[in-house]
Amino acid sequence: MSSAEAGERRLGIVGAGRVGTTIARAAVAAGYNVAISGSAAAERIALIVEVLAPGAQPLSTDEVVRHADLIVLAVPMHRFRELPHDLFAGKILIDAMNYWEEIDGADPELASAPAGTSVVVQEWFPSARVVKSLNHITYYKFDEDRRPQGVPGRVAMAAAGNDRAAVAAVMQLIDRLGFDAVDAGPLQAGRVLEPDGPVFGASYGADELSELLMPAASSA
Amino acid sequence: MTTPELELGLDTFGYITVDESGKPLSPDAVIRNYVEEAVFADSVGIDSFNIGEHYRPDFMDSAAHVMLAAIAGRTKRIRLGTAVTVLSTQDPVRVYTNYATLDAVSNGRAQLVVGRGSLTESFPLFGFDLADYEDLFEEKLDLLTRLLRDQPVTWSGKFRSPLVNQYVTPALPQGHIPTWVGVGGSPQSVVRAARFGLPLMLAVIGGPPGRFAPLVDLYKRALDAYGHAPLPIGMHSHGYVARTDQEAVDIQYPYWEETFEQAARERGWARPTMERFQAERASGSLYIGSAETVATKIAAMMRLLGLSRFDLAYATGRVPHQQRMATIELYGREVIPRVRELLANHPVPPISSRQPSTGVAAQPRV
Repeated sequence: MSSAEAGERRLGIVGAGRVGTTIARAAVAAGYNVAISGSAAAERIALIVEVLAPGAQPLSTDEVVRHADLIVLAVPMHRFRELPHDLFAGKILIDAMNYWEEIDGADPELASAPAGTSVVVQEWFPSARVVKSLNHITYYKFDEDRRPQGVPGRVAMAAAGNDRAAVAAVMQLIDRLGFDAVDAGPLQAGRVLEPDGPVFGASYGADELSELLMPAASSA
Repeated sequence: MTTPELELGLDTFGYITVDESGKPLSPDAVIRNYVEEAVFADSVGIDSFNIGEHYRPDFMDSAAHVMLAAIAGRTKRIRLGTAVTVLSTQDPVRVYTNYATLDAVSNGRAQLVVGRGSLTESFPLFGFDLADYEDLFEEKLDLLTRLLRDQPVTWSGKFRSPLVNQYVTPALPQGHIPTWVGVGGSPQSVVRAARFGLPLMLAVIGGPPGRFAPLVDLYKRALDAYGHAPLPIGMHSHGYVARTDQEAVDIQYPYWEETFEQAARERGWARPTMERFQAERASGSLYIGSAETVATKIAAMMRLLGLSRFDLAYATGRVPHQQRMATIELYGREVIPRVRELLANHPVPPISSRQPSTGVAAQPRV
């Protein structure tokens, strides 16, 4: 599908929890044609999507993957391994997940993850173009902090990935969602965006965010 | 019922508190202090006292029903509940026997908020697999609601032995215990509460309360979709009341900072700062200040979201017992009457967990 090139804004979201539905709402507001799936059948999330992200289409996960070249993965971190390795082949896959031991249980691979959890996600989905992003601001800030381009005080979000074209596409999404986009470097540099990192859970402008990310981006 | 029945309660997680010199009290002294606080809450007109469930060195709320029974023996009026019972890792039959007995001991004052729990230390402690998080809660909520609504129960599930034509004692004289589902913001949890026909309790620890309006809407739409009448909606948030705004900030901030500093370390949250604290006071979910400040904020939020219940998770962290007692007194004597007054001219929708048509009350008496 070359819809992105054709100019239509399409986004797929896998995960219809609080993060998935919040991103869906922001993307619909930004003019995206959004499809979203949950762990239950599409009809089980229809009401949730209708109320929380009106305009987005509830579909099956396979249909969501077919819907767009740009996919957000927003399932609880302890469940991403339930998805097949080749599900996102060729797709830009935005890893918006965070590992919380308190929520996800002890997972030695994710807990140690010396290059960050998104590298583990990339290893699980080897044919996907994984970009770590949309994970480091509090989910309801997607509603609260989004601003048109050029408005002073616009909040920034970072994207980290090895596929530079994929990172550029995600940065364009971030901008359209209403945030300044900051390139955080290669995928392993995205570790700095994780819980316990210096930027997690706080809202910064682009300059401040770039500064906070600089040591990681240059050392990675 | 033509007028809304408001419930303005207190919640505690049983924090280990310190004495005036900053030294932590022993666990048994802490537990006795919470019993005293609940007895005092009853005497100053607070509607309910609700205790959490954790298994952590800093929280003494691992057996809420025992504390609530002690409180029941010394009070006549205050409702006695949980906030929340981590149903996923409990046996619903045991929850039923504990709280049906509490209901008897307290002459009909028991209530529950059940949830999945946001902290998961009870899973390894009781031998459950976190991977079953969703299925456990779903199955246990199903069994608990059957026990509360419609005995004898014939039931089978994945996580415990089946029941065949089973009566579990004691029977509930009023036919039910008000049982709310506590949710932290997951849309699936909101829909589940509606599907089971149970009232909804939103646990909100940060951010503007207005962001929950879409979930309130989702709950109402889901109730309608499942063929249930409207049910009450409540909220739990942290707060502290003192004689002035400044005094409330001065007393609460150091303990709030300490508590959320630990949460930041354990859960990767943003570090607490005075700036964030003040922002949460001004427009977020901290109810901290003078009685007038706190009452105004509670009333505005309840009206905005159409709530009939608010539980103040009072005195976050290791705040000493004497200062907890002071905040309870102000909440009961000044905040609650003022909230009722503020809401009197703009009532919230006329629904109540005490109506026979709501909650788990709709079923035949056993």
